[in-house]
Amino acid sequence: MLRYTFHRLLLMIPTLLGVAVLVFVLLRMMPGDIVELRLLMDGGQVSPEALATERVRLGLDKPFWLQFYDWITGIMVGDFGTSMWTGRPVIEEIGSRLGLSLQVAVMATILAVSIAIPLGTISALYKDSWIDHVVRIFAIAGLAVPSFWLGMVIILLLLYNFQWIPPLTYVPIWEDPIHNLSQLIWPAIAVGYRYSAVATRMTRSTLLEVLQEDYIRTARAKGVYERLVISRHAVRNALLPVVTVIGLEFAFLIGGLVVTEQVFNLNGIGKLFVETVTRNDYTMVQALVMLVAAFFITVNFVVDLLYAALDPRIRYR
Amino acid sequence: MTMVSPDAAFRPRQPRHPVIEFARAQPTGMAGLAFIVILFVAGVFADFVAPYDPLTLDYGAMLAPPSWEHWMGTDAFGRDVFSRIIYGARTALAVGFLASLFGSGIGAAIGVVSAYFGGRIDMAIERFMDILLSFPIIVLALAVVAVLGKFPVGGLDLNLIVAIAIPMIPKVARVVRSAALAIRGLPYIDAARAAGYHHSRIIFRHIAPNVVAPFLIMFTAFIAQAILLEASLSFLGLGVTEPTPAWGLMLSGTSQEFYSQAPWMILFPGVAISLAVFAFNLFGDALRDYLDPRFKV
Amino acid sequence: MKRTLGFLAFTAAIVGVGFGGAEAQTPKRGGILKFAVSAEPPNYDCHGATSFAFIHPVRPHYNTLLKFDEPSYPKVKGDLAQSWTVSPDGLTYTFKLKPNIKFHDGSAMTSADVKATYERIANPPTGVVSIRKAAYEDIAAIETPDPQTVVFKLKARNASMLTNFASPWDCIYSGAKLKDDPKFPEKNVMGTGPFKFVEHAAGSHWVGERFADYFEKGKPYLDGYRAIFIRNTAARVNALQAGEVLAEFRGHSPADQAKLVSAVGDKVNVHESPWICSLVVTFNAEKKPFDDARVRRALSLAIDRWQGAQALSKIALVRHVGGLLRPGFDLATSPADLVKLPGYGKDINKARAEAKKLLAEAGVKDLKFKFLNRNVPMPYTPVGVFVIDQWRQIGVIAEHEQPETKAYIGNLRSGNYEVGLDFNCDAVDDPNLQLLKYISADKSSINYGRYNDRKLDELYEKQKRELDPKKRSALLRDFEKHALTEAYTFPTIWWHRIIVNWKQIKGWHMSPSHYLNQDLQDVWLDQ
Repeated sequence: MLRYTFHRLLLMIPTLLGVAVLVFVLLRMMPGDIVELRLLMDGGQVSPEALATERVRLGLDKPFWLQFYDWITGIMVGDFGTSMWTGRPVIEEIGSRLGLSLQVAVMATILAVSIAIPLGTISALYKDSWIDHVVRIFAIAGLAVPSFWLGMVIILLLLYNFQWIPPLTYVPIWEDPIHNLSQLIWPAIAVGYRYSAVATRMTRSTLLEVLQEDYIRTARAKGVYERLVISRHAVRNALLPVVTVIGLEFAFLIGGLVVTEQVFNLNGIGKLFVETVTRNDYTMVQALVMLVAAFFITVNFVVDLLYAALDPRIRYR
Repeated sequence: MTMVSPDAAFRPRQPRHPVIEFARAQPTGMAGLAFIVILFVAGVFADFVAPYDPLTLDYGAMLAPPSWEHWMGTDAFGRDVFSRIIYGARTALAVGFLASLFGSGIGAAIGVVSAYFGGRIDMAIERFMDILLSFPIIVLALAVVAVLGKFPVGGLDLNLIVAIAIPMIPKVARVVRSAALAIRGLPYIDAARAAGYHHSRIIFRHIAPNVVAPFLIMFTAFIAQAILLEASLSFLGLGVTEPTPAWGLMLSGTSQEFYSQAPWMILFPGVAISLAVFAFNLFGDALRDYLDPRFKV
Repeated sequence: MKRTLGFLAFTAAIVGVGFGGAEAQTPKRGGILKFAVSAEPPNYDCHGATSFAFIHPVRPHYNTLLKFDEPSYPKVKGDLAQSWTVSPDGLTYTFKLKPNIKFHDGSAMTSADVKATYERIANPPTGVVSIRKAAYEDIAAIETPDPQTVVFKLKARNASMLTNFASPWDCIYSGAKLKDDPKFPEKNVMGTGPFKFVEHAAGSHWVGERFADYFEKGKPYLDGYRAIFIRNTAARVNALQAGEVLAEFRGHSPADQAKLVSAVGDKVNVHESPWICSLVVTFNAEKKPFDDARVRRALSLAIDRWQGAQALSKIALVRHVGGLLRPGFDLATSPADLVKLPGYGKDINKARAEAKKLLAEAGVKDLKFKFLNRNVPMPYTPVGVFVIDQWRQIGVIAEHEQPETKAYIGNLRSGNYEVGLDFNCDAVDDPNLQLLKYISADKSSINYGRYNDRKLDELYEKQKRELDPKKRSALLRDFEKHALTEAYTFPTIWWHRIIVNWKQIKGWHMSPSHYLNQDLQDVWLDQ
């Protein structure tokens, strides 16, 4: 187990380095130039010297290898540099937006789990009944509806029925919970639907599998009260893969927020990502991709460890 | 409820037509398939089905609400939304099929090669797939679209298809690799190698047929994903370009300017996307249950 | 009434202190103005900025030497300047500053600060970006005979000099701060303006609060303002409809206007004006067959600007047919002369027949090309779709390409395009600025057509030095006629600015530019 953990930890390093190289190269291949964009996007007269000065100021005149070296050595000491667009430290830019995105993600997860576990369980217990069909259709539809479109529809409904839209600026939940929740509940619903659909399906299928296992049959055969069998043995055993899928989807959720945050004008990581990509703000995009990748890898790692720890049947080389 | 003779179960199975068998076993999947066929027909024969030309501007009928002339209303240029949805089926299916074919095809090839050769090749491929996997899908697609730019062929942007396909590759490769690994370990493959058969012959004759089921399942699932991803990219302004009729595009661009006063501009295309993806998911699920009940995507 | 700048150049104009325009009601003190901005300022330095997204939140922190007299644009008036004189040879500009002007840090503003500011713009120190350096290249020396007087000596006459001094970009900085660190304004906001800087929450909002020691006594009326960044158009309009923000100062599409008026019509005011922005078609003259004037002119003739303006004005923020200068500007072509220019006739069938003939003469058959447009829905997409449709009607096929702004600009600049939809936007009506798009590529950094035409350059230089408005106008007509006949770059339809504000906003004036009148000094809330 310890060796396995160590091995996995060691493997994270080349993966992250690979992500770093890939994102660095991809960005330099992207068409466009942050300096041209910044100074010429609104028209007007701009002197060529101004463009050149700006390029030097951002360090874009340096050779690629030196830019890469500077960036990587910076990361080693925890310095992600400053945004090429705003000039503020990247950590600060991300930090000021992370709270919002994480909160939406957590809210969507809570929403998803509280819908998925009861629905998935009922669906599995009453397999092939009408209720099972309804749940399955609800779940498959959840995978089909684009979350950003759902967001637009939610806004339309609120605007048409109540002449009201969610507040525009973010206030942390501990400062003003009502303001905070009335802003963030809607995007949480929009992204949470898909999420709950995935989790419902997973709950249903794993529970179905577990119900087939020998020990459940034995328990039933012993005459243990049906409800007890389900709550004590079946659901608990089925939770493990469900936790996995929730962990994995959580990483995807951050990706799903990319589009939904645009619709709700949320000042989160997703909106920041789109803005920085469209601006060719190299330092910001690099840091964001590294952050998301590190997060994803860590979640995967933790999920695998949990698996190994919780399920003695799983053995690792 | 059909009448079956008592000993039917003991007779060797009649080789019935697989479509019929599938329809019996998976009615919801068949419903999905039927809708896909309808979409396909509508897309192919759009010229005959659609009441209007999807490109013709009509400045006299801009932002008209749904009516008998325009069932789903018109957009900011006076173009018929219903007609654009029908033509949009063409774009959606083409992008969905091509992207999924490309993504699952390359992914499967990589998975089989990785499993068959093993060792360092396997290790290197696996690490690279790890890297791709840790990029969130939309992030990767955004970057690829931005890097490749546009490469339109017959109104379809091939680079967009590549961008949608690339995030699929590592997932398919993973699944196919593990399916292929199972086969790889069987004695007859070793025997074939010992007999001096060429690698390509072993791969194509023995390993490939055994990974067809997971491949088909992922292929169908990814068509749905591709349609959704295309919609998201178009929404972010990186997908299909005006005036091409495409569902995702109908939700973005000028629609973003007008949707709160002309909601039909976004309601119908959104429903179209949802229904199409829903149909592919129904079909995909049924296909999975039919081909391999233990397989999970 | 003569309002031209040339006339003003010979007249010593004196503008009284505290002249705020005719307001029927007495302004009320107090309140916070919340308004939406569709983008975010990238940095804090006026001299290195180009975006309206910068002006809207940042301009209220600063003052400029002159500014435009809001109700009677394009007349200029003093901002920090009390009065000014121009010598008869047009080479010396002397400004008297208003008394008791203070910076937000409490220090007094003097002529030395004005000198330091303009020296930074005209000759930026190493590492400082000065966008509009060229506007002041005619300055020979800046003198400060006393703390209240600043004198600019020019090398050559310049008909646009007073307009330059009223530019919203030339924020007056503290000379002392600049001396310590020429890059001080990049990261700090410290001016003399009506509002002090409070906070910029990246990606979210910008806050300013009333500066109690402002030199205009009793102003500003507002306690402060809050600029909220909302990128998505629909979200912005929804916010306005719900009253979450009371204004947006860039402009709305006619559809947004209609929507807002139908939803909250009794609560909002609509302001409209032609806009100093036009979408222009540019050819890459290095690519065949666009090196041939006949082909370029044919594509101009094929566009029915009059019908297009009318139709597009219902959905897009474009409305006016005009030549190279904004329709309605004193120096622009009169409507009667406009229809005589190639591509501006009212008989489209005749024009299209001529277009086909020109294409045939040039030996071009089945013309097909890629049409580069910007991936910005308003108004680029509607105009792009419209122009493509117009060309289709003379049998020309244009394939629409809409990359993101950065790639669009990159392609235009590097000549990686055949035909493109470019834009020409400026903060003020000034032939020196607007015609830069049309003069030779080796003389202009914003001409992406890759052609050189010495006749245009010569006419440009002549009009720039011509102080008599009549003579200048005649030179401009020659320029325009030649440019549109060669058709290297030609305007399609001019923009139309529509602002929808909640009624309680008072003291704000519409202008033909979203860069002007945004110091919020005279704005108050009637609530």
